[in-house]
Amino acid sequence: MTRHLSTRRDLLLGSGALFAWASLPRLARAEGRDPRMLVIVLRGALDGLATVAPVGDPDWVRLRGDHALRLDGTAPALALNDMFALNPAMPNLHRLYKAKQAAIVHAVATPYRERSHFDGQDVLESGFTRPGATDSGWLNRAMAALEPAKGIRVKPQQAFAVGPVTPLVVRGAAPVLSWTPPRLPPAADDTVMRLLDLYRHTDPALARVMEERMGLAAIARADGMSDMKKAAPLPGGAARVAAFFAEASGAAARFMAQADGPRVGALAFDGWDTHAAEGVTQGRLFSLLGALDGAIAAVETGMGPAWKDTAVAVVTEFGRTARVNGTDGTDHGTGTVALLAGGALNGGRVIADWPGVGETALYEKRDLKATTDLRAVLKGLLHDHLRVEETALAASVFPGSAAVKPMRELVA
Amino acid sequence: MAPDPKTTRLDSKSLAALALHRFGFGPRAGSLAAVAADPRGAVLAELERPGAGRIADDDLLSGGEAARAAFDFRQERKAQRLAQREERNQERAAQAKAQAKAKADGTAMADGKGMEAQADQAPPADDEQRKRKLGPGIPQQIFLEEAKARFDSALAAEVGLIDRLTWFWSNHFCVSVDKGQVRPLAGAFEREAIRTHVLGRFSDMLFAVETHPAMLVYLDNARSIGPNSIAGRRRNKGLNENLAREIMELHTLGVNGGYTQDDVTRFANVITGWTTVRFKRDPEHGGEFDFNPRTHEPGAQTVLGRAYEDRGIEQGRDVLLALARHPATAQHIATKLVRHFVADDPPRDLVDLLAKRFRDTDGNLKDVTRALVGADAAWLAPRGKLKRPGEWMVSALRASGVTPPDIRPIVQAQNLLGEPLWRPPAPKGFPDDNASWIDGVTQRLDIANQLSRRVGGLVDPDDVAEAALGPLLSAETRQALKRAESRPQALALLFMSPEFLRR
Repeated sequence: MTRHLSTRRDLLLGSGALFAWASLPRLARAEGRDPRMLVIVLRGALDGLATVAPVGDPDWVRLRGDHALRLDGTAPALALNDMFALNPAMPNLHRLYKAKQAAIVHAVATPYRERSHFDGQDVLESGFTRPGATDSGWLNRAMAALEPAKGIRVKPQQAFAVGPVTPLVVRGAAPVLSWTPPRLPPAADDTVMRLLDLYRHTDPALARVMEERMGLAAIARADGMSDMKKAAPLPGGAARVAAFFAEASGAAARFMAQADGPRVGALAFDGWDTHAAEGVTQGRLFSLLGALDGAIAAVETGMGPAWKDTAVAVVTEFGRTARVNGTDGTDHGTGTVALLAGGALNGGRVIADWPGVGETALYEKRDLKATTDLRAVLKGLLHDHLRVEETALAASVFPGSAAVKPMRELVA
Repeated sequence: MAPDPKTTRLDSKSLAALALHRFGFGPRAGSLAAVAADPRGAVLAELERPGAGRIADDDLLSGGEAARAAFDFRQERKAQRLAQREERNQERAAQAKAQAKAKADGTAMADGKGMEAQADQAPPADDEQRKRKLGPGIPQQIFLEEAKARFDSALAAEVGLIDRLTWFWSNHFCVSVDKGQVRPLAGAFEREAIRTHVLGRFSDMLFAVETHPAMLVYLDNARSIGPNSIAGRRRNKGLNENLAREIMELHTLGVNGGYTQDDVTRFANVITGWTTVRFKRDPEHGGEFDFNPRTHEPGAQTVLGRAYEDRGIEQGRDVLLALARHPATAQHIATKLVRHFVADDPPRDLVDLLAKRFRDTDGNLKDVTRALVGADAAWLAPRGKLKRPGEWMVSALRASGVTPPDIRPIVQAQNLLGEPLWRPPAPKGFPDDNASWIDGVTQRLDIANQLSRRVGGLVDPDDVAEAALGPLLSAETRQALKRAESRPQALALLFMSPEFLRR
């Protein structure tokens, strides 16, 4: 993969100098570990309950009805423990969970309690408690907080980002190396639908051509692969989205696996704002979760032997409404899941102070209540995996989070 | 000057947005506020700016320099190919000799092995492969530098009217890089023959265009030979009517402009000898315009009922001047201008107004442009015209406040959107009506998507929307932006909104 880095076209400078020769984390290094941490941001708000369902909660099926993931459903969920089961789109994460290399934190959220995507993403990625507070991300500041080993000038120590836009979580003073896959994914079906809706209300002529495009795309997909190649570019077929997820995350892993490669990285996947026709066990969310599952597998493969030193954290700005809305989707909510994977993890656990999904248990009578602060999870990983000191975590990485203690024992 | 634009129902900020999209390349951050006090005045002021119509870049080659650089490059590659072929031939000969010797020595290999030895020789790489290996050639490098200068100028302009006019006239007088020799010249052609004249006299632009090597090569006049010229009598070659016909049909009178086939043939005779300097004959001036008396058809010619005596190159200049002053030309140009800037069905009064100004001022294009911008009808027409792909991309880049570091993705995007730079499908240029472009709008979504992913994390979509459209932003679009799942998605929706696609 280094050849990609060597061509100017693919090499974009996220921020700061390109190769700032700094040192490796001293403590982790002294222990003979060489930890990697990859953060995957899911933009649009992941439906945590449709990803990891509380199948053992007596109120669960009543809450979601036909849309509830069940162990005995037509597409049976994958059991994690007595209480929780995983969406069947994610067999790979399930395998890792069984191998104690994946953990799930449920009923988790950032401190943000409003319901705007942009602001929620700002809080999630900046690590501050309010949106728009800063132009840097917590992962970058964690890098900066790592105390360098004295006198060792060994390797380029930088963060890594995949995608044309460096995610905020990794932007900041510490140098960021970024790589863009040669082919970006096409516009998502979701964007097409939103546009079509706008055109239908404002511009019939444009609505007509957009409808035609969608009709052609549907035909091309129905005709199978051979015709797909011949057809005009599709608006984000599931296979292409999955290919993009896998390519982006696999590339990140291969860079980070290198002896002198970056040790932390971040990438973002869009498309999780499932207001209508969510498709939990078949359809949109199912495809996206499948793509995410493939991305995690690509990280495992790409890391190779370094997988044992790896922690992947999959996070999102907030959850979705506990109940299904009138269009078979879910609206902006609060509590959701964080998915953790990697050989370095103390996995095989669902970590949750479960609030329940009964009528009275819901936050503002509509959302899964957040009983765990996502910052505790991230601080725990940064502390135990990368060895960022707790004072720095509370002061500069997640300012104002002194009361939120790092969650311990996430790392084996 | 026409009445105040405030007679329209729009408030001043809406008028500012209308002005920037309709007559320019769309607002940049702060543009709306800057021109809101007097939108029409701001558009007109650009016509008075010193240096309007110039691209100040010393690195860009003149048409002649570009042609010679491309010629040298072709010669060099040709020599390389010949040398490589020679090398291969020698290797083959040596091998054949060695094999023959081995056979003669009685140690002949089995037939199969002999075959293998043959197959070992790398077959000559096909053209495509070889080109890839060598990288982009000089003509393509020049093309890209010119493309960058063109886009940079449009991105940097205050309003962009001069650049819009340049793009309009460049399409009216189009050449195509589909013809290999035109590739290094297209940019220089636009700068030298078009851009410098967009506020000048039409007849001057016309003469500059029809004598530019890019046009002479594109429409074959460089090879046209008068049958009774010295060269024509000696060689059995002759007239090529292509350029003469397109000048009349497309560049001046229009297809129903009242000329006959005989007029075309006569005019083709008039402009025989309009060619380029041959590279080998004059290495200093190769590729530049040349009037060659040896290929020029001698004698007087009658075009559109008027006789033109043979005054060498002046004979052609006389005909061009007459064509420029023909009333059909004024009508043709006025119609196209109004169709481009205002509406697919050009309001008749506005066309007549412009045509009259064209005639009254002997084709003073600055005056004609002033008449267009000054007319209320040009402001009152509904915002229905779809921006052309390149124009739309520039306006999106201006709105997001980014300057692309590399011109290639922009050029590629324009290809994808069906408006490849300096490569129209025919001498008529790209069409200029909604029906031709609306189906391609869905392709724009992919470009909007890519652009938005690149800049979406760095800008606030609400700010961009406000700066780009201000009060023209519809409530529906505003709501769609607010509900978007990410900033990049919001930005893509903005660029694809009807009010941003149309002007």
